[in-house]
Amino acid sequence: MNAIVDSRTPDPKKFIKGATGDWEIIIGLEIHAQVTSKAKLFSGASAEYGGDPNAHVALVDAAMPGMLPVINEECVKQAIRSGLGLNAQINLRSVFDRKNYFYPDLPQGYQISQYKSPIVGEGKVIVDLPESGGQITVGIERLHLEQDAGKSLHDQSPTMSFVDLNRSGVALMEIVSKPDIRSSEEARAYVTKLRTILRYLGTCDGNMDEGSLRADVNVSVRRPGGAFGTRCEIKNVNSIRFMGQAIEYEARRQVGILEDGGTIDQETRLYDAAKGETRSMRTKEEAHDYRYFPDPDLLPLEFTQSYVDELKAHLPELPDAKKARFIADYGLTTYDASVLVGERDQADYFESVAQGRDGKLAANWVINELFGRLNKEGKDVTTSPVSSQQLGAIVDLISEGTISGKLAKDLFEIVWTEGGDPRAIVEARGMKQMTDTGAIEKAIDAVIAANPDKVEQAKAKPTMIGWFVGQVMKETGGKANPQAVNDLLKAKLGIQ
Amino acid sequence: MTDLTSLTLAEARDALKAKKISALELTDAHLNAMEKAKALNAYVLDTPKHARAMAKASDTKLQKGEAGLLEGIPLGIKDLYATKGVRTTACSKILLNFVPEYESTVTSKLWRDGAVMLGKLNNDEFAMGSSNESSAFGPSVSPILPPNVSAAQAKAKLGNCNKGLLVPGGSSGGSAAAIAARLCLGATATDTGGSIRQPAAFTGTVGMKPTYGRCSRWGIVAFASSLDQDGPIAKTVRDTAIMLRSMAGHDPKDTTSVDRAVPDYEAAIGKSIKGMKIGIPKEYRVDGMSQEIDALWSKGAEWLKQAGAEIVEISLPHTHYALPAYYIVAPAEASSNLARYDGVRYGVRVPGKDIIDLYEKTRANGFGVEVRRRIMIGTYVLSAGYYDAYYVRAQKIRTLIKQDFEKAYDSGVDAVLTPATPSPAFGIGEKSGADPVEMYLNDIFTVTVNMAGLPGLAVPAGVSKEGLPLGLQLIGRPFDEEILFSLGEVIEQAAGRTKLPDAWWA
Repeated sequence: MNAIVDSRTPDPKKFIKGATGDWEIIIGLEIHAQVTSKAKLFSGASAEYGGDPNAHVALVDAAMPGMLPVINEECVKQAIRSGLGLNAQINLRSVFDRKNYFYPDLPQGYQISQYKSPIVGEGKVIVDLPESGGQITVGIERLHLEQDAGKSLHDQSPTMSFVDLNRSGVALMEIVSKPDIRSSEEARAYVTKLRTILRYLGTCDGNMDEGSLRADVNVSVRRPGGAFGTRCEIKNVNSIRFMGQAIEYEARRQVGILEDGGTIDQETRLYDAAKGETRSMRTKEEAHDYRYFPDPDLLPLEFTQSYVDELKAHLPELPDAKKARFIADYGLTTYDASVLVGERDQADYFESVAQGRDGKLAANWVINELFGRLNKEGKDVTTSPVSSQQLGAIVDLISEGTISGKLAKDLFEIVWTEGGDPRAIVEARGMKQMTDTGAIEKAIDAVIAANPDKVEQAKAKPTMIGWFVGQVMKETGGKANPQAVNDLLKAKLGIQ
Repeated sequence: MTDLTSLTLAEARDALKAKKISALELTDAHLNAMEKAKALNAYVLDTPKHARAMAKASDTKLQKGEAGLLEGIPLGIKDLYATKGVRTTACSKILLNFVPEYESTVTSKLWRDGAVMLGKLNNDEFAMGSSNESSAFGPSVSPILPPNVSAAQAKAKLGNCNKGLLVPGGSSGGSAAAIAARLCLGATATDTGGSIRQPAAFTGTVGMKPTYGRCSRWGIVAFASSLDQDGPIAKTVRDTAIMLRSMAGHDPKDTTSVDRAVPDYEAAIGKSIKGMKIGIPKEYRVDGMSQEIDALWSKGAEWLKQAGAEIVEISLPHTHYALPAYYIVAPAEASSNLARYDGVRYGVRVPGKDIIDLYEKTRANGFGVEVRRRIMIGTYVLSAGYYDAYYVRAQKIRTLIKQDFEKAYDSGVDAVLTPATPSPAFGIGEKSGADPVEMYLNDIFTVTVNMAGLPGLAVPAGVSKEGLPLGLQLIGRPFDEEILFSLGEVIEQAAGRTKLPDAWWA
């Protein structure tokens, strides 16, 4: 292990205000990410989520006598791809070790993991902070491959526990960060970014509900810029929101103890989401002695640099690169670009809309109208009722001045609920913008004639023009070009 | 025709091919012999139905001229090898009810080549032992008559504490006993520290421990994965060569097995050894080694010399550390390999009030004394704070031992000749007392070979002054099994094949 280096400058905005002064939170994360692969790490059994209990179990997963593990090359490739996505050192030689402990859902009595020589070494992840703004760099200590355990079921019988080995032997990547994280927001943003990278790579589906991504959170506190404190590890947090809550609670718990003159015990804790608190699971004294040693059933894992280069050549565009390209090619703001690259599907959808069109207008419609609506209905772009082609057509109709922005929103609503070709809908329902000045003038004249008192008021108070615009739009069924209405009204009312 | 069980594997193969005998009569002869030899306890399970069905199938194939390499040859299978649908226990109480749904790679190959399974052979529990006394089924008894004991006296002792009778060695004691008692024509065995070679030496049979990675370990109950290697025990050098050809080969299911062509080992029998350089390691001349072992060793060297080999003294300076290092590495791996026997998924479970209680009761009840001892040693040497002092240092010694051999081979030595054991077979109960080290010392000449992953052949070379079989060991370069067979044949021819004992037990 490398010595802990403090890579950050203390930032007062992130301090916890204690009774005796400020405290800085130090966070390091161990993420367990399930490798996307058909088969398990050392067996041919399906790695698919779900299935009847014990339906996806090979002889080696059940640790039958004489069974031997054989490494699944696809999992190795996925780990290398992930390492490349984390800008990390890929180790051409790594070693599988046995981590020994007894538990009914651990059939071998040991987990095959990588201890001293992981497949991926140091790397870094750049993380944007959406709430407080700015950007941080979180160092990666290592990424290693290991087997998942099975699942103990304690609620199936009043007197017995059952074991489901479907997960037993599924490949996990444990991604260990350096203690470079200083707030719950940073932790949430880091996990979100990590998940984005893995999803882009297709190496982990990042589905926290199904346990494909879990976090062990190491939290300690210290006086700003001081020596690192004693850490507590919060195990198996399976939601980004809960992780933020757990960190907030745990940091304050530790500050409370220290300010009362106490000391922090190094221990493993669990987060109880219902109560919103962490509680002790086991102390350092109760910690297992895992008796790690190299697994004699497996040779060291070795591959060549050209093997790595080949995988690197076929990596997809990753979120940081995509974001930079969106800003450069489509003139997007950093914020809009960040939002769009958050999910690969969203970015692809946006690009499909923006291709050959006004990028900013496209981003505006994708983020504000489409994402807003999708969120409200609990959908995402892959299940969007409005396709990128349809939304592109709507953007075209706006750009060419065929429909007004307001009508475009109505049109979006029609396409969302009824579907169909936007251009044909505009034709069929007469939603075309009124560009005939004569017709607009007629409508303006009618409004002026009907409201002589308002005309007088408007001359004294030019902001009244807004009321007139509204009336004219109402008169024209929203089809008048608002700019044209505005210009004509100003002339007729004699307002500058 | 004389008693079919007296044939060697090669003789039986030729007779079957020439249709002088049938596979069924050959199998029946062995099944009959097994029936009469029950008290030797060489077999822990007879499978006569399997055997006769397989023999009949072989006869059909022999008739059609589609015979495999081992067509119709009746074999005994060490109970460490998983056999589909046939109870496989590793001779441990914890697996007494275990019937695998799979067949080990090596036995699959044997059946593919037409061999016939007679039954499962006794061994030390989880292959941990050098006398077969740690078996949950009780010891298998050597068919070799102890000095100054008449056949009638021996028969009276048999099954009656067996006191005064000899051990067949271990852990593959059942395999060696079954060959010596003519209860099969070939036997599978496994060797982690000498478990093929020491029993072969004790019973006047031939045992081949191949290079690590030569045979697949898949489907064989693991003791110490980095040391375990399966191989044959048979009546002659030629017979072991025939067996090995069938057993060896790459297996994608065992990543430590080596992808390398399997030669026709039998073709090495009778090849000239002229010009070969044979190393005599001076460090194997251990304190307290008996005069007769020393003399036998010299005689072996002389035979090889007469056949045209050059004899040179060599040094393997780290030999002295091999045994202690072995008794760190092997238990360390075993402590982890045996963790799966927890009563949760298969095997014999002893219920408990909670899971920890279940584990403790199951494992305390299921494992014998020697297995428990090694699990504890292994757990200790891997513990935090002791790992570097024991396990890491033992691995370093292992590297040095390997380098010792590499230097010798680099200097032009083709094979190394040593005694197989420091003494002839001892009596049942004689060394199973309070001090386990006395038993461990049996492996002093054999563990180096496992530590270095090399092939080793034990071949009978004579008898002690009391008439007990003594063996020599030939150690080769990695994958040089052929050279060992050529050299072994020379010793076997010169020494004259050990006369197998009359069936005093029947």
